Amino acid sequence: MNGWILALAQTILFLFCAPLLTGWVKWVKCKLQSRRGAPPWQPYRDLLKLFRKEVVLSESASPIFRVAPYIVFSVTALAGAVVPMFAVGLPSAAIADVIVLVGFFALGRFFLALAGMDVGTAFGGMGSSREMTISSLAEPAMLMGIFTIAMTVHSTNLASMTRYLLEHPIQLYPSFVFAAMGMLLVAVAETGRIPIDNPATHLELTMVHEAMILEYTGRHLALMEWGAMLKLMIYSILLVNLFLPWGIADNFSTLPLLIGFGSIVIKLFLLGTALAVMETGIAKMRFFRAPQYLGLAFILCLLGMLSHVILEIN
Amino acid sequence: MNYAQLSLIEQLILTLSAMVLLTSFLLLAQTRIISLINIFAAQGFLLFLGTCLIAQSSGMYHLYISAGITLALKVFFIPWQLRRLVKRLDIRRDVENVGGPSMIMIAGGALVLFSYYVALPIRELSTLATRNTIAISLAVILLGMLMMITRRKAVAQVVGFMSMENGLFFAAVVSTYGMPMVVELGVAFDVLVAAILFGIFFFQIRAGIGSLDVDHLNRLHEVDR
Repeated sequence: MNGWILALAQTILFLFCAPLLTGWVKWVKCKLQSRRGAPPWQPYRDLLKLFRKEVVLSESASPIFRVAPYIVFSVTALAGAVVPMFAVGLPSAAIADVIVLVGFFALGRFFLALAGMDVGTAFGGMGSSREMTISSLAEPAMLMGIFTIAMTVHSTNLASMTRYLLEHPIQLYPSFVFAAMGMLLVAVAETGRIPIDNPATHLELTMVHEAMILEYTGRHLALMEWGAMLKLMIYSILLVNLFLPWGIADNFSTLPLLIGFGSIVIKLFLLGTALAVMETGIAKMRFFRAPQYLGLAFILCLLGMLSHVILEIN
Repeated sequence: MNYAQLSLIEQLILTLSAMVLLTSFLLLAQTRIISLINIFAAQGFLLFLGTCLIAQSSGMYHLYISAGITLALKVFFIPWQLRRLVKRLDIRRDVENVGGPSMIMIAGGALVLFSYYVALPIRELSTLATRNTIAISLAVILLGMLMMITRRKAVAQVVGFMSMENGLFFAAVVSTYGMPMVVELGVAFDVLVAAILFGIFFFQIRAGIGSLDVDHLNRLHEVDR
């Protein structure tokens, strides 16, 4: 029973911390570019404002357009419930393993792309087509990276993966180095961050995610944006908890939970800062360079798997 | 023996060897000449680190000499020489189009698998902790060869050749803790001479056919014109 309450608390924390992470990245980026910048909690204000505004629907919008935000948001939130944030061994981790997690993302993306095409504007269709191109290249790399880790820890369940890594500290796996690099590249592409997509722009020819949600207003837009923030949060937590799992709580007493919470907060702030520094340092890529970028991610994950087979198995 | 039972320094050696393999793949994919030379230097540096660690963990201190030669030749001298050549030939900004990059990458992956399969029986004969890296060093050799086949510009082919030599050196270090010093010095000297000779060669090729694209060498002037 205790476990379920914790799992619920973790999911709620997940939902309500996601805008803070996005806001933090934006704030650090502004500081790096010598701008004053909105405070890190600005996304909360934006979401509140959007929730209060009325919804304007296009005349040609079908029911799919109206249900898509709810589906996208709830699927992403469900995915968030599966990822261990500050404690492992929560009962919610048994809902799905990491392959189903990738499936959740695919489901959300499917409805996002449908919604983009539904109204029939040129931008929506273009955004959907780009999103599908990127994800069809990113997904194999992501799965390959996950399989690499799963082969070492003998499980595809996220909680047992993290627990295994906690119980075997200070090991340097060559395959993990590659999987971490590959999955970092995939995470950047999947969450629509800079070399692939620019989250801060509404410039017609370059946007991908923004193009798909261009027609949304009011609470629908709020849900879509919140879903995107959640996705960034999920990928960040996935990366830090798989590759730097130290500090996460493995039982439900108070002190380990506090340590787990503190460590995940520190790790996320560091990762967010690193993301902002990286986004300031590099320029967005031409869209047709994206296959090369994701090809590199795939090669890295493939090398991870090969080095696991060659170096780590006797 | 389980991987988790290896000491941290041995795990570090294995990780470095995997990074050497990664640099081989990067060499295969990189199209800019200057970046190519930089990656080659990075590969040399990883080799230097790996050799030092092996010397430390095995107590074979003569390997430090090999490591020193590697550092001097492959990290500093040869990349410096190549950079100077590229500057003098004025091809710094050249971008070489490699045909079908994804096909080459897949071929590279297949070569790694092939060398793993070939090295399996050799691995059984060795008792060293680094015996698993024999397959990696073989793959580095084969990837260097693949690079020589797929590239057309002479400079890139020379880099491929040098990275093949890196693979050979690495194979010697990980499988038998280095070759006899006489052999090693001889090979190092050979590479040094080769680097200088290639430099002269580049100018000769360019003076002869007006380009560094060796595909032109396949054609006979009398027939084509």
